[in-house]
Amino acid sequence: MKKTIASLVTGAALFLAAASFVPAYAGEFILLQSTTSTQNSGLYDHLLPIFEEKTGIEVRVVAVGTGQAIKNAGNCDGDLLLVHAKSAEDVFVAEGSGKQRRDMMYNDFVLVGPSSDPAAIKGLADINAALKQIAAAKAPFASRGDDSGTHKKEISLWKKAGVETVAHSGKWYRETGSGMGATLNAAVGMEAYVLTDRATWISFGNRAGHEILVEGDPDLFNQYGVVTIDPDHCPNIKSAAADRFVDWLLGPEGQAAIADYRLDGQQLFFPNAENGDS
Amino acid sequence: MPILPVTAERLFVQRNGRALLDVEKLTISGGGTTVLVGPNGAGKSLLLKVLAALHQADTGRVLWNGVPPDRQRYCRFGMVLQTPVLLRRSARANIEFALRAVGCNGSEARERAQSALEAARLLPLANASARVLSGGEMQCLALARALATEPDLLFLDEPTSSLDPASMQTIEAMVRSASKDGMRIVVIAHDLAQARRLGDEIIFMHRGKIVERAPTLPFFQSPGTEDARDFIAGKILV
Amino acid sequence: MQDFAASFFEAFRLVLGLNPGLLEIVWLSLKVSMTAVIIAAIVGLPIGAFLAVARFPGRGLLVVTITALMGLPPVVVGLVVYLLLSNAGALGPLQLLYTPTAMIIAQTILVVPIIAALAGQTLEDLNGEYRDQLMLYGLGSLARLRTLLWEGRYSLMTALLAGFGRAIAEVGAVIIVGGNINHVTRVMTTAIALETSKGNLALALGLGIILVILAILVNALVFLLRAAAERSAYA
Repeated sequence: MKKTIASLVTGAALFLAAASFVPAYAGEFILLQSTTSTQNSGLYDHLLPIFEEKTGIEVRVVAVGTGQAIKNAGNCDGDLLLVHAKSAEDVFVAEGSGKQRRDMMYNDFVLVGPSSDPAAIKGLADINAALKQIAAAKAPFASRGDDSGTHKKEISLWKKAGVETVAHSGKWYRETGSGMGATLNAAVGMEAYVLTDRATWISFGNRAGHEILVEGDPDLFNQYGVVTIDPDHCPNIKSAAADRFVDWLLGPEGQAAIADYRLDGQQLFFPNAENGDS
Repeated sequence: MPILPVTAERLFVQRNGRALLDVEKLTISGGGTTVLVGPNGAGKSLLLKVLAALHQADTGRVLWNGVPPDRQRYCRFGMVLQTPVLLRRSARANIEFALRAVGCNGSEARERAQSALEAARLLPLANASARVLSGGEMQCLALARALATEPDLLFLDEPTSSLDPASMQTIEAMVRSASKDGMRIVVIAHDLAQARRLGDEIIFMHRGKIVERAPTLPFFQSPGTEDARDFIAGKILV
Repeated sequence: MQDFAASFFEAFRLVLGLNPGLLEIVWLSLKVSMTAVIIAAIVGLPIGAFLAVARFPGRGLLVVTITALMGLPPVVVGLVVYLLLSNAGALGPLQLLYTPTAMIIAQTILVVPIIAALAGQTLEDLNGEYRDQLMLYGLGSLARLRTLLWEGRYSLMTALLAGFGRAIAEVGAVIIVGGNINHVTRVMTTAIALETSKGNLALALGLGIILVILAILVNALVFLLRAAAERSAYA
């Protein structure tokens, strides 16, 4: 009995091993731990084929929230990190997981809400004032609540506005604990305000009656950074190929390709690599 | 290693304080057909299962030719359970499975299954699913399967209960013919007329005990106990 | 209602257009889930068979535990497998994270308790019926188990299909260990999750409709195979 079970388990293990070799990806590839907005907006579908065509290197994208992406990369489960939370990225480098962080591109956050606009914030140029009005009106606000780049940004904006959201959590302040898309779906469903990056909003298909109410405040600036992983921390990572991708992204070709990407005639991301080397 | 004689000593089985089986001593040897009779709940089926080593008695022991039963000697032993258990395959495959279990190779199993089906007049149903046969056909098939392996000892637990007369006749003929060929048979009969027809000797059980064991004719003509007399007379025993 | 109409339209558009991207994720879904079910059967059926016939102290507790594990949350399984396969984890050197193999491992873990518990129940009932007869054949415990598995093969199919249903439908585990990487680890359910997060609800639901149809087709196929096997067994 014991022997049979052992042989069955061995068989299963062999089968598993064989199955793992079946998939037909033989070429070189790197794994990119990324925030979701760059994926959901279709940017990668635009960029990656160009890069792969040129270098033969396939870039595989795991799109999760910025917090999770940094965590995964810290576990050495990625060759490169592309997120939008500069302070967290700096910590990642300072801790020794990251080798170098560089600016790559930017866009901006927008405050989206129902057209009924219960807090009457439409057209405000000042995000600070808008958030104060939402808090005063106790109008529903959907927060990511997932430690993502957008969530970190939102927290810093509330802090600046002097609103203690923790006290209102579960009342008008609602943390979905989900990705941007899921949070947008929830916000649409409950007529709530929500902070989102512009790229995700433009590519989002389920806007229903929601529209951009506040935009253009310099505080809504959204910087995307690319962080290489330190091979001393993660000996298994494919540093050389990852570096090639970074060089291309931040070089003239990659930057031009980023600027070229348009959805519904709108430019979603603005390259700014030259400005931000740190 | 032969299976006969089968002996039992001080068998005792109880459940919830009630003795289901209480047999001081029993030997099955020689030849012929023994018929087990007795009211429902007398312990007939349980006795056969304990002798067949399908059920372990609480105390006492069963010996096959002087040593405890072992798996290997099941090839010399056949049994048809009260509700025949047929595998989910064709009638033919059921017999072949039994033959291969006792060590026949493929072609031998095929040949012997063929003749077993013939003897049981089951050839027309040979390839039908065993599980869709009628009650009589199932009993016939189960008996044919048990006989096909040519055991030295055969137990039958009410092989004709609730069967039509034609099936009953077929089955009794098969049993008689096997007995004539020297197979030792122990059969539980619910029907006293059948006991008379098949039995060389009768064992009468009541309340888990063997009350009387006698050749068929004397048992029916002059039963040695009050209980046996009442049972033969058709009275209800409690 | 408009959304539902649009979803069916999307589903038809995807299927009729033989969208190559769709074929790719359908194929990967089937490959991953079927492999997981096959491995889970190899592991789970003997466990079920053992539980069905063996009597030992703690058996009841084990049966209850395995039955309860049928409700394992996929996210938890995904997380555990992620932690094991991560480069920071014990099995990191195997480099299996974000591969179909990782997804197969996670789904196998989800499916084994289902197959073991359902098969155990089926075989226990069957053993009640067959035990004496199989003893009379002089079969050893292994041969008896083998016969029980074969005799119960049609009922056991249902256990395998239940496992397949669980595997093909779950998203929580595969999205964590597979990473939903386009062309590599994107399956039906993770694609649905992605389209939902993009707000493409009609497309997401359309994919969902295709997934359901796929599940029906697989079940129908097994049903037909079974009918054919039963026919040929008695032909």
